[in-house]
Amino acid sequence: MSSNDSVSKTLIVAFSLCIVCSIIVSGAAVILKPAQEVNKTLDRKRNILSAAGMLDDGMTIDEQFAQVTTRVVDLRTGKFTDEIDAEKYDQRKAAKDPAASDALTTEQDKAKVSRREHFAIVYLVEDSAGDIDKIILPVHGAGLWSTLYGFVALESDGNTVAGLGFYEHAETPGLGGEVDNPRWKSLWPGKQVYRDGQAAIGLIKGSVDPAGANAPWQIDGLAGATLTARGVTNLVQFWLGEDGFEPFLNNLKSGEA
Amino acid sequence: MDSVKETLTAPIFKNNPIALQILGVCSALAVTSSLQVTLVMCVALTAVTAFSNFFVSSIRNHIPGSIRIIVQMVIIASLVIVVDQFLKAYAYAISKQLSVFVGLIITNCIVMGRAEAFAMKNPPLPSFIDGIGNGLGYSVVLIAVAVVRELFGAGKLMGFEILPLVTDGGWYNPNGLLLLPPSAFFLIGLFIWGLRGFRKEQVEEPDFTMSKHTVVKEGA
Repeated sequence: MSSNDSVSKTLIVAFSLCIVCSIIVSGAAVILKPAQEVNKTLDRKRNILSAAGMLDDGMTIDEQFAQVTTRVVDLRTGKFTDEIDAEKYDQRKAAKDPAASDALTTEQDKAKVSRREHFAIVYLVEDSAGDIDKIILPVHGAGLWSTLYGFVALESDGNTVAGLGFYEHAETPGLGGEVDNPRWKSLWPGKQVYRDGQAAIGLIKGSVDPAGANAPWQIDGLAGATLTARGVTNLVQFWLGEDGFEPFLNNLKSGEA
Repeated sequence: MDSVKETLTAPIFKNNPIALQILGVCSALAVTSSLQVTLVMCVALTAVTAFSNFFVSSIRNHIPGSIRIIVQMVIIASLVIVVDQFLKAYAYAISKQLSVFVGLIITNCIVMGRAEAFAMKNPPLPSFIDGIGNGLGYSVVLIAVAVVRELFGAGKLMGFEILPLVTDGGWYNPNGLLLLPPSAFFLIGLFIWGLRGFRKEQVEEPDFTMSKHTVVKEGA
């Protein structure tokens, strides 16, 4: 066995093992890459549809996504832009890149995201006549432990909520994690976003009194998750507010987007 | 044939890697909050252990002693990356939930432990079977923990509702603690306790016994 421990044998074994293993690993990565890309796209589309409350198990994701148009919005002007390619744009990366985002002042930064990217990808759902039926906007912001990533869907009036969903967060299961609860999510559709020009929608403590004057802008709080609830309120108000998508929604309504 | 059966089944209860050897507990805590994810993790770990044992054993007579561990790690790491790529391609939703824990199979003590303790000294085929056996032993504990955690923590099994939750209009008030990692510690502890109740030979000799006062109290 002593020959095994000679310097040359050690080098030969190490070298050939590395070659064999790297061929196997890179082979697997290259061969499986197309299948992985398809999965990633499907997953993103599924999240978008489920936020909009349009997910239908009877149809394939691609069929359902056929009515959705992907557009890029310049958040600085609130208008559509063709400056960048939505397919290649990584919004999350851009939000961290000083060249592709603006720093927010403490006052502006309700959602605790510290920077706002220049461009956002939005999804427009069109009805059969080609008119905009729903607008799906990406949102994110700090909860208690983690950053919540999700989508808010609005009806064509840009004021009525059509749905809300988060596809990534790490809040406490059973407490803050209840943002995934379908019953709670079903409270959102039909609520109003703006009150006297301000994004006023938010969570309250306890249950909403349906007869109350504020009921259209209020959503039941999450029991035992005050900080997550505050985070959700802040991030929705930020992204639908004047530093978020409000200018874009106004432009869209007046047909200037 | 008997030895094959022995190699395969011994790690399940008699020499369970988690319960007796207390190896690989870290991933048992992290991935057991849902049964579906757990099952995929078990399959992944069993495959990696079996194949790493097989390949390490195949070249065991040519591995220089000085770089032994590194050679094992390279083989294990390559297998784990291949498994991770497969999961990303064919079970994307689950691979997203498992996230880093597939990658962490590399550092799972069971895989390394079996490569070093069994595969370095035995031919490829028995090593392969030993890998499957230990993977199954790991799976038994993980599945038991996951069933309890998902059923009583979320009222579901495999994502299907079993106990309707209060928050969904049912009657069951879930135990939130079970969805948090520490609960797996308690459950694995109870599992080990139960197992050693049946198999008394697994009870370890105490390392240290409390003795009575050696100095006689004054005035006594």
